[in-house]
Amino acid sequence: MEWPKMTTLRLVEYFRTQVRQDPEVPSAVAAIRTLLEFLKRDQSETILGLRENLTQTIRRLEEADSSVAVSSGGELFLRFISLTSLEHPDLSQCKKVMVERGELFLKKISLSRSKVAKLCHTFIKDGAKILTHSSSRVVLKVLESAAADKKRFTVYVTESQPDSAGRQMADKLQNLNIPVTVVLDAAVGYIMEKVDLVIVGAEGVVESGGIINKIGTYQLAVCSKAHNKPFYVVAESFKFVRLYPLNQQDVPERFKYKADTLKAVEDLAEEHPMIDYTPPSLITLLFTDLGVLTPSAVSDELIKLYL
Amino acid sequence: MYHRYVVVALSRRKPNEGKELTKEEKQRLRKQKKHQKKQKERKNEKGPSETEKDKTPVSLLPPPQPVATQKAPSALPAPASAPIPVPASAPFHSSPAPSPADKPAKSKAELKAERRARQETDRAAKQPGSSSSGIKTKVPLSELNPVVKRLPEHVQVDDPAVVKRLAKKLERQQIPLRSDYGYKVSLFSHLHQYSRKAPLTQLLSIPSTVIHPSIVRLGLQYSQGIVAGSNARSVALLHAFKQVIRDYTTPPNEELSRDLVNKLKPYISFLNQCRPLSASMGNAIKYIKKEISNIPSQCKEEEAKTKLLTCIDRSSLVNNILCEAFEKSRKFRVIVVDSRPRLEGREALRRLVQRGISCTYVLISALSYILPEVSKVFLGAHALLANGYVMSRVGTSQIALVARTYNVPVLVCCETYKFCERVQTDSFVSNELDDPDDLMVTRKGKTQLENWQDVSSLGLLNLVYDVTPPDFVDLVITDLGMIPCTSVPVVLRVKNLDQ
Repeated sequence: MEWPKMTTLRLVEYFRTQVRQDPEVPSAVAAIRTLLEFLKRDQSETILGLRENLTQTIRRLEEADSSVAVSSGGELFLRFISLTSLEHPDLSQCKKVMVERGELFLKKISLSRSKVAKLCHTFIKDGAKILTHSSSRVVLKVLESAAADKKRFTVYVTESQPDSAGRQMADKLQNLNIPVTVVLDAAVGYIMEKVDLVIVGAEGVVESGGIINKIGTYQLAVCSKAHNKPFYVVAESFKFVRLYPLNQQDVPERFKYKADTLKAVEDLAEEHPMIDYTPPSLITLLFTDLGVLTPSAVSDELIKLYL
Repeated sequence: MYHRYVVVALSRRKPNEGKELTKEEKQRLRKQKKHQKKQKERKNEKGPSETEKDKTPVSLLPPPQPVATQKAPSALPAPASAPIPVPASAPFHSSPAPSPADKPAKSKAELKAERRARQETDRAAKQPGSSSSGIKTKVPLSELNPVVKRLPEHVQVDDPAVVKRLAKKLERQQIPLRSDYGYKVSLFSHLHQYSRKAPLTQLLSIPSTVIHPSIVRLGLQYSQGIVAGSNARSVALLHAFKQVIRDYTTPPNEELSRDLVNKLKPYISFLNQCRPLSASMGNAIKYIKKEISNIPSQCKEEEAKTKLLTCIDRSSLVNNILCEAFEKSRKFRVIVVDSRPRLEGREALRRLVQRGISCTYVLISALSYILPEVSKVFLGAHALLANGYVMSRVGTSQIALVARTYNVPVLVCCETYKFCERVQTDSFVSNELDDPDDLMVTRKGKTQLENWQDVSSLGLLNLVYDVTPPDFVDLVITDLGMIPCTSVPVVLRVKNLDQ
């Protein structure tokens, strides 16, 4: 069957339509769907060529959306589909096997968000006051399932400048009839004594067990540690990435800024980074679809995933 | 009064055993003891609660038991004394004591009947007998031994029974025993302390037929500190073993795989006496032993030898890392921190300067002075323990602690063959005490501590290793990649699957 080959433009277009059609879907899932489409339509002659093309596609998608999840999700997808024995002499057979595994992978990760929500909502007790940062769809799902479980709680959301994503989160929570208050980023220290627990999402989970998330997460973590409040992170497993930053500087530049900024601006020193790194010593627990993990267990899971 | 009787019964029993028992009697007694042991095992499994009820008849037994209990793990005759108080106490009229006396007169059938009767009485005695806490504490100890690991001998130097056992073992292998030197600080009295001026080789007879000359040379190099550093020691060990394998010939009627392993045992004891084995050396030896025992019996000698030699063939680490980085034209400056008495930093400094890297040299006391200008700390490791602790040269945990307070990342560089299954949380339990005379320093012709042995309240402590908790270490760099300190058990698991 002859499918038309996907050029870069069409790739990115496909990706963006995916994201637009279903705003709830994580960007990594959209990226993987795109990769799967590309795989179906790819016309390379060898498996090596196929892999190279896929790697290139992942690079192109990263340029379109510079979040860590796209990069990690893409790499995991590649590993997952090539993990089988591709011993068939016929290339189309191999491709069929790979496509099948790709579909399987996609199905698994589409369910990951609900798995995480199921694990986490039991940690929210009745009457709890929760603090969260910026807008995260996973955290929203968690709070949704907790509310569905007839729990009463109030939420404080940080405004999260420069894009005021916190306000969107507040609107969504109000639609769910959850009492919510928006606080300034600077008011985190002020509000910390009132809250019982802190839940944040993550854009990427690194090898040490630390997380990469919207800027402002690090100071939230430091504050909660100082007040001895539990700091929980909710993330799906495809966000696990093979980085090991030792401090803020070690996070690669391509993740720090939005994709458009990276392309447009010459001197990145002038730009303000959009993400920061939170070390594992400040995190109490991570809720993932692989289970509830301590930061040191993340590395074990990563070794299992990647080795 | 009661317990005095039992003690007398004990002492009366022993000399009888030597004189009047014949071979058959001894065999029978042995079988009896085995049987009793098995019964106790079964009884223990059933649960001690039901036996708590009948305490009275043997409640007076506990006093003599603790004396025997302590001996249980160490001396072999001790388990023999375990069954003795039981029959001696409750039905002491039917104890085995009379049997040796009238043994020669009995026929086989009568002996059998007697044996059965004794077993019955013992079983009856067992019901109230095993309820005594004394027996219970004794039996679990000997039964637990297969479950609870014995402490290694080198951390039990203050236990005379262990030392005696070690001496016996070395005598069997014809290796001289090295004696401890000088006053030992009480907190570390459970470790060996040797003097460098009395090497083990002086006590060896020449020519030594038991120990291969390359092993003798290696042992001397270890004890004098000529070969130091865990990588260097392991590599030297493997080279020496290669030589041993080359010179080895299988004696007739023996299998290479079994005989070679037996030959290696005295060598390892000898090297252990010269300088306690490191974790990496332990792993290397385990690997070699495994390879040797895996050689199929049909393998011809030459073939087997070449196979072994090929499989052997694969702090220096931190130095290599820095030199390689320098070659990649990264711009950096190195500060080498050194400490007495070994001053190993000087060698590292020399090698770095030869490559052209700009270096600074400080002693460990100046650590807090230079740390504010340091961006990363690189440390080598002697071994990485299963709970994430890093065992390394003494002073390492100090550096990690101070670096943590200054928020400087600490990176430990360690190859995976140095990972070991041991768990340790402090530097006391298992360590190495070096020659205390090394701490003496001569300045301007005067040695202040020259007569330290004469001062009764003075002890010199020269520790070799210390243990760093994983909270102070940010990253471990291994040949498998970068891992956090707590992931050591995962790597061990993965490696075991590979092998």
